[in-house]
Amino acid sequence: MTLDVTLKAETPIPLDVSFRVAPGELLALVGHSGSGKTTILRSIAGLWRPDQARVAVAGAVWLDATVNLAPHQRRAGVVFQNYALFPHMTAAQNVMAAMDRPDRAEAARILAMVHLDGLADRKPAQLSGGQQQRVAVARALARRPQVLLLDEPFSAVDRATRERLHAEIMALRAHLNMPVVLVTHDMNEAQLLADRMLVIEKGRVVREGTTAAVMADPVSLRAMGIREVAAMLPAVVAGDEEDGLTRLDTATGPIFLPDIDARPGTRLRVRIMAHEVILSRDRPTGLSAQNILPGVIARVQPGDGPGVMVHIAMGESEIVARITRRALADLGLAPGDTVHAVLKAMSVARDHIARVATPETPDG
Amino acid sequence: MDWTALTLSLELAAWTVAILLPISVLVGRWLAYGRFRAKGMVEALVMLPLVLPPTVFGFYLLLAFGRNSPVGALWNDLFGHQVVFTFEGLVVASVIFNLPFAIQPAQRGCEAIPVEVREAAACCGLSPWRALWKVDLPLAWPGLMTAMVLTFAHTLGEFGIVLMVGGSIPGETKTIAIAIYDRVQGFDMAGAGIMSAVLVAISFSTIAVTYWLSARVGRRLA
Repeated sequence: MTLDVTLKAETPIPLDVSFRVAPGELLALVGHSGSGKTTILRSIAGLWRPDQARVAVAGAVWLDATVNLAPHQRRAGVVFQNYALFPHMTAAQNVMAAMDRPDRAEAARILAMVHLDGLADRKPAQLSGGQQQRVAVARALARRPQVLLLDEPFSAVDRATRERLHAEIMALRAHLNMPVVLVTHDMNEAQLLADRMLVIEKGRVVREGTTAAVMADPVSLRAMGIREVAAMLPAVVAGDEEDGLTRLDTATGPIFLPDIDARPGTRLRVRIMAHEVILSRDRPTGLSAQNILPGVIARVQPGDGPGVMVHIAMGESEIVARITRRALADLGLAPGDTVHAVLKAMSVARDHIARVATPETPDG
Repeated sequence: MDWTALTLSLELAAWTVAILLPISVLVGRWLAYGRFRAKGMVEALVMLPLVLPPTVFGFYLLLAFGRNSPVGALWNDLFGHQVVFTFEGLVVASVIFNLPFAIQPAQRGCEAIPVEVREAAACCGLSPWRALWKVDLPLAWPGLMTAMVLTFAHTLGEFGIVLMVGGSIPGETKTIAIAIYDRVQGFDMAGAGIMSAVLVAISFSTIAVTYWLSARVGRRLA
């Protein structure tokens, strides 16, 4: 069920993109509002037709010069930004509306999957924003989609709810085997959720690659802001300390972060912002920052301005430090050198921590 | 009390509503969602009966449906009698004259449905017809109900157009409004008074029931 997309248009916005999403893969389309990312999603769903296009799923053409399936003929599950639930229907009826053969038991099963058991008979107006979003996801899945399209699905809820929904989507992904396309302008969200990213600017792909590669590359992130450069550091929860910190084990040592609500053994990915990382040649002492991880400089990437990106290998993964060119010269750092990365526990925002979903622990 | 006239009026109103319901759904939906150059023109045309005096409107209908007009001739060939001065002619005139009362509220009702909700219906796999039944009609229902009630009440009260294209043939084109006029002309103030009161009661209760129903629907959707 690979999704193939090629789109070209001049108006109302210029568009020239081509990409492919593998089954089970989550591709994030990131870019500013007006960059064309939502239009791309709408073209896949059949809600908009570009001048020239080809959309094919699992080899079946949905749209090209001769074929143009109507939206209801395309097996796409769509989660809209404001959910677009049917206000006159209950949660269960909303879900059943997307089924070829309405089946209450199946609707209940899908609603349970998104943690909405017991709310099946509520109307959208009687549900919270997060619950409405879950109904929208359930409805999209009830369509038995060949492609799942998420249009800024987390932008209308508060941060705490968004964190929970992120975790749920990651857990849900273990059950999904179709290509998933996520449109977002939130780089943190993209980095937490996506396998691959497409950075869209003025309707064109300015960078495409794995999430780790795109997020560590200041050039590709120029459009979104260099302060978004970050890496995901894998870690395993070791346990809670007495003072409220949680100890996490990484490839090259422990780090301590404010109270993480997870069982020991839970695998996490922690988003480390490049501009928050301090480098030291020797292991520093007498610092308030408690998280000091040794690593080996993999490469140094100079920028246009006074800054450089230093990529530090830590086991299988990498973190990125954004320091000044002057600091790099003063310390005489070069690839192959061992350095210590210093992280402030409080600099890691709560919503920068993602649980790694595995099929064995779908609720992990 | 002229029961024949009252029955005729109710029949005329019922026929007008029955014919205008599908028309207002289709045209209202088309005007609400459609994006085309002549939209303003079509909307103006629909609203025209609202501002034209019934005499002007009736005059043109007489011209259009008269024995010598193409439409009138065709009708004569098909049904063996002419359109004007018959109940059928009255229905045709009433349908056209009520277009703004039916289409405007129906259009507003359809416009009140968020675009994304209609798009979601399509993305849920609902064909346009199924979306009409499952999503558009239930959501546009308050507007459609207003449309039908306005049409019904307005038809009951219509006078000028009936006089122009219907005349005053008892049991055929003599509606309650015409009957009241006749009674007043004949100095039967008591008869006119009773019929007027009945008409007020029917019209008031029709509209009151609608308001009550649409408040309930509003609560259901809130």
